Amino acid sequence: MAQFFAYIVHKNGAADDSALELINAAKKIDPSAAVTAIVTGSGADLDKVADEVAASYPEVWKISNDALAYPNAEVVRKALLNNLPSDAVILMPHDTFGMDLAPGLSIKLDSAFVSDVADFEGVDGTDIKVIRQEFSGQVSTHVKVDMSGGAVITVRPGVFQPDESKSAGGSVTDKDAGDVSAKRKYLEVLVAEVGDVDITKSEVLVSVGRGIEDQDNLEIIHELAEAMGADVACSRPIVDAKWLEKSRQVGTSGLTVKPKVYLALGISGSFQHMGGIKGNPFIIAINKNPKAPIFQLADVGIEEDILEFVPELTEAINEAK
Amino acid sequence: MEILVCVKRVPDTSENEIEVNSDGTDIERDDLVYSVNEWDNYAVEEAIQIKDKVGGSVTVVTVGDEESEEVLRREMAMGADNGILLEDDAFEGSDGKGIAAILKAAVEKGNYDLILTGAQADDGAAQVGGMLAAMLDLPYASLVNFIDVSDDKKLKVGREIEGGNQEMNEIELPCVLSIQTGINEPRYVGIRGIRKVASVEIPTHGASDLGLGADAVGAGAAKVKRLDYFVPELGEGAEMLEGSTEEKVAKLIELLKAKGGIK
Amino acid sequence: MKAILALIIVAAGVAAFVYVLAKRMAPLFRAAQGPQLDRIGERLFALYHFPHHRMPRPGYETIGYTHITIILSLVALSIHVLMLIYSGFTGLEMPGTEWTIGVVYSVIADIALTVLLAACIFAAVRRGYARPARYEVPEKYGKDKSRPMAILLISVLGAIALLDMIFLGSAAAAAQAAGETYRYILPLTGTWFAAFIMSGLSASAAGTVNTLVYFILLIGIFVFINLVPFDRLFHMLTGPATVFFKKLDKGSVKPVQWGVDDEKVADLESFGVKTFEDFTWKHILDFYSCADCGRCSEHCPANAVGRPLSPRFISLKGRNYAFSHYPLKGPMVKGEPLIGGIYEEDEIWSCTTCGACEEECPVTIEYIDKIVDLRRGMVDEGMVPQSLQKPLNALGKRGNPWGKMEKKRAEWTKDLPEDVKIKDLSGGDTAETLYFVDSITSYDDRMADLARATTTVLSAAGTDAGILGKNEKDSANEVRRFGEEMLFQELRNHNTDMILESGATNIVTSDPHALNALKKDYKDMPPVEHISEFTLRQLKSNAIAFKPLDDSEKDKIYTFHDPCYLGRHNEIYDAPREVMDAIPGLKRVDMDRCRDRSFCCGGGGLMLFYEPEEEQRMGVLRVEMAKEAGATVIVTGCPFCLVNMEDAIKVAGLEGQMEAIDLSELIARQVQKG
Repeated sequence: MAQFFAYIVHKNGAADDSALELINAAKKIDPSAAVTAIVTGSGADLDKVADEVAASYPEVWKISNDALAYPNAEVVRKALLNNLPSDAVILMPHDTFGMDLAPGLSIKLDSAFVSDVADFEGVDGTDIKVIRQEFSGQVSTHVKVDMSGGAVITVRPGVFQPDESKSAGGSVTDKDAGDVSAKRKYLEVLVAEVGDVDITKSEVLVSVGRGIEDQDNLEIIHELAEAMGADVACSRPIVDAKWLEKSRQVGTSGLTVKPKVYLALGISGSFQHMGGIKGNPFIIAINKNPKAPIFQLADVGIEEDILEFVPELTEAINEAK
Repeated sequence: MEILVCVKRVPDTSENEIEVNSDGTDIERDDLVYSVNEWDNYAVEEAIQIKDKVGGSVTVVTVGDEESEEVLRREMAMGADNGILLEDDAFEGSDGKGIAAILKAAVEKGNYDLILTGAQADDGAAQVGGMLAAMLDLPYASLVNFIDVSDDKKLKVGREIEGGNQEMNEIELPCVLSIQTGINEPRYVGIRGIRKVASVEIPTHGASDLGLGADAVGAGAAKVKRLDYFVPELGEGAEMLEGSTEEKVAKLIELLKAKGGIK
Repeated sequence: MKAILALIIVAAGVAAFVYVLAKRMAPLFRAAQGPQLDRIGERLFALYHFPHHRMPRPGYETIGYTHITIILSLVALSIHVLMLIYSGFTGLEMPGTEWTIGVVYSVIADIALTVLLAACIFAAVRRGYARPARYEVPEKYGKDKSRPMAILLISVLGAIALLDMIFLGSAAAAAQAAGETYRYILPLTGTWFAAFIMSGLSASAAGTVNTLVYFILLIGIFVFINLVPFDRLFHMLTGPATVFFKKLDKGSVKPVQWGVDDEKVADLESFGVKTFEDFTWKHILDFYSCADCGRCSEHCPANAVGRPLSPRFISLKGRNYAFSHYPLKGPMVKGEPLIGGIYEEDEIWSCTTCGACEEECPVTIEYIDKIVDLRRGMVDEGMVPQSLQKPLNALGKRGNPWGKMEKKRAEWTKDLPEDVKIKDLSGGDTAETLYFVDSITSYDDRMADLARATTTVLSAAGTDAGILGKNEKDSANEVRRFGEEMLFQELRNHNTDMILESGATNIVTSDPHALNALKKDYKDMPPVEHISEFTLRQLKSNAIAFKPLDDSEKDKIYTFHDPCYLGRHNEIYDAPREVMDAIPGLKRVDMDRCRDRSFCCGGGGLMLFYEPEEEQRMGVLRVEMAKEAGATVIVTGCPFCLVNMEDAIKVAGLEGQMEAIDLSELIARQVQKG
């Protein structure tokens, strides 16, 4: 079987949650796979991440170069191409970096490409069978990927259990980035404005989605949050409609939150939204559509129209005080 | 600036449940209506806005069948100057790489400074833009939500990244960008606009026009194949609270108190 | 000498007036085609009817009758003014007094002058001190030039009346001093007072005063005439034309271009109003006719909730554009885009087309047609807010604004009460009566109750009724009024074919928007009735009857909220009230703003999807009005009104105190076989 690699996304000297998930993802393809982690970057942060990852991976390739200080996909691609064997099977998270890097990498490696994998379902010779979702998760598909010539696979963040054993005691090998000149130059990251509330630090979140229907109805959500002593968060459509500021948005294109209790109101529960909820909170979903995917992901569900239910809940909480 | 935008015709699924047909080979398409992929529409609007600012032309291209012509016409009604339909039986069953190869051949028939795609599609894998760029050896950026034409040699582009932040890059022309929704506000295309371009000739290119062999495209060349569709089995799911609204409220408050949800 | 001076003044005055008027007419000749000159009898009647019905509408009685008084005085004085000018050439002798009829007319003129002066003084004082709120100019429209100009204009007119009295009085005084007889002067008129005051003067002194005042008066008259085409006085000239050429059919919308058939509209180079010259000449005339009275905006619900729309300034900005781009001196400036210029996108999308402004306007200026024309222009340029693009696209693909499947359009019939049936004609069945359900009533979970209620009523009356089922598409009332004419035509043509194929001999609907579209926008339709009219007819023929209200309902106070497309646009005010009053035990009150003064719920059709900038909701204001009237149940006759009212009750925090129900539901609840 081909050699497995995991590309480690990291920031500020710490590996992304996906670093440990990729181990179990690779093991779903080949339980005996010895996965090599690849970390790219520069300086002390890189060393720190390499050491952190070595606890979980038997081997870590550390590619250090000043040009890699920020993960510019074009530069990273060159560094990888200068080091990877042509039949490599490389896994990385399906995040905004993976989406930037992976498709082009597969072309340059002349290998198969499959993205946003939700699960692996067995291997047949050189073919692997994966499960993907289409139409915002409404239907799933089985996809056969011929990895005889290598494969680039992006994996949906959060669906594979992280391997927390940290018992690999792996070695770190320095690799040379080689020529990494690029036609795309990273300039800076413009940080989204932080609103008056930092929802990433909130313990209780009342999060509102499309089910609110109208901007004026947001009042009932604010009232509930006030009664509960919670902060208000939301899903992407609410921000797109400019009903709440970007700093309230939970999800892969918004903020990652780690509350204890997450009350999802009129939120369908797309994976992009759920991807922003970490730390295994107690999730309560209220939605008038009994088929909403959120009911599969929540701990407790209530089938109700939030426009009617929320005011009653608020009143009851206030009375109970 | 000569701009090419790659577009795709997709089922419009926003308001209707997608169902899988009885043998699982496809989704139930009888009652579906189709339109241009939302992300692609933003890409076309962006191309038109760039053209309006710095001059040049916008061409829209799609790989598909005769019916795909409707999305080309729609985007031409929006303001794209030309449309190209890439159609051949040999293209059927192409994977992402195959589609990118077909588009690459079409790109090479023209002389484009900028190639745009949508960042993803509802029924896609967010792959074609990056693949096309790599095949053409052009620089690439994905999830682009801001474009500023610095000069005729380079662009300043913003990418939407985690946390709602924006990653700014400088990118040399020619290049390929995949466009994220929200980069602009696409203009409306009315029936009148589409009728105006109803009789415009849309050239169609097949595999031989593009110099593509069977080894590069179609099902035979595909390393990735969709086997079937299925509706995901439901997991255990949430514990649903039942009873009257009052009872539900009472149960919920109890739960919230127990979990520290009410301060 | 005097004759030459008079000649110079008259010639200069007339020449200046003609010159300015010619300049003012210039944009009209570059404008789009206007309405045809048809139905002359109705138009002449409008000319008689509207001014005196509109001016003293409730709340405006004092100023309305004051204004009518001024008009009547001016009409009475018109011959007098001509005689006055003529006298400049004949030694300042007012002609005609040698005949009895001349003396009689002089007395009438004396009275008219006196009344005119009194009315002017009253009006000036009112504008100067009482300052009604509707005249205020919001900051965003610039400095308030309206009030000073109003006082100036009214003062000039008053001054002319006063000078005229002095002129006539001095002539009498001169005659008296010279021992000559003068014509009879009615005591206590202005002329009489003037003559009385100057009675001590010598004949020559009075004569000098007479000559001097004459020329000041003559100049004053021409100053006034020349002020007409500069500001609101223009309505004196153009107002009658605006009324004469007004749209005679309420609820209808003007064609994209007058004189071009629907079938040929698609070939037009451009659509709607994009530049000033795209307005019809009639609409430019409307701008000239605006008297700046502010009644439109006082009644505009969009203005009331702080949306960026004030109909008054649609007119005034249009008028000022005409004046500045077709200047008296210098070249004309043509073809500037209006949107982004004098009008903003949000301003034009803010209108619910409720028609309150048009109902109030004393000169019957049309606003809806202008708004629709401007929207047509924006749609043609692709300037459509994202929130409206989705429903418009869905209407094109699926025939309903949510993009739901056609086959689910009749799903509401599954939950009909057991003994209630309605035929689905999509399978080729026929029925006598067609129930046109329309989109929201077909697809919205709550509004489907209205469909079931309506069906229950049809069934109780033993009607052979059917629906078009999956063959029905949106009536497209709002599609047209939001400017997407081609999509409207597509939907209309589809529905027309389906309705005619069904062979139905009459149509009933519970949605006034559908009612309006079928009656005003569709052609060759069988007769269309609202469910209130149908019910009333059945009650009168004893086909159905009402059981008394339950005891639990008897303490409730009901009020009917007139839907704009039922009331103002189709003038169905009495049928719903008569139906309600036929329910034994039902107590009904009317809100202050009811019938043709009804206040829009927030807008129906595509307006549900549009996200306007506003400070509060129209529905909330409306619910508060119902509360003020002492009502506890708001009865609507339109699904959109019901959506907005139910919402507004929650937002206003009046749950438990106020409820909303549709008339169809109320009828279905109380109906029994006759």
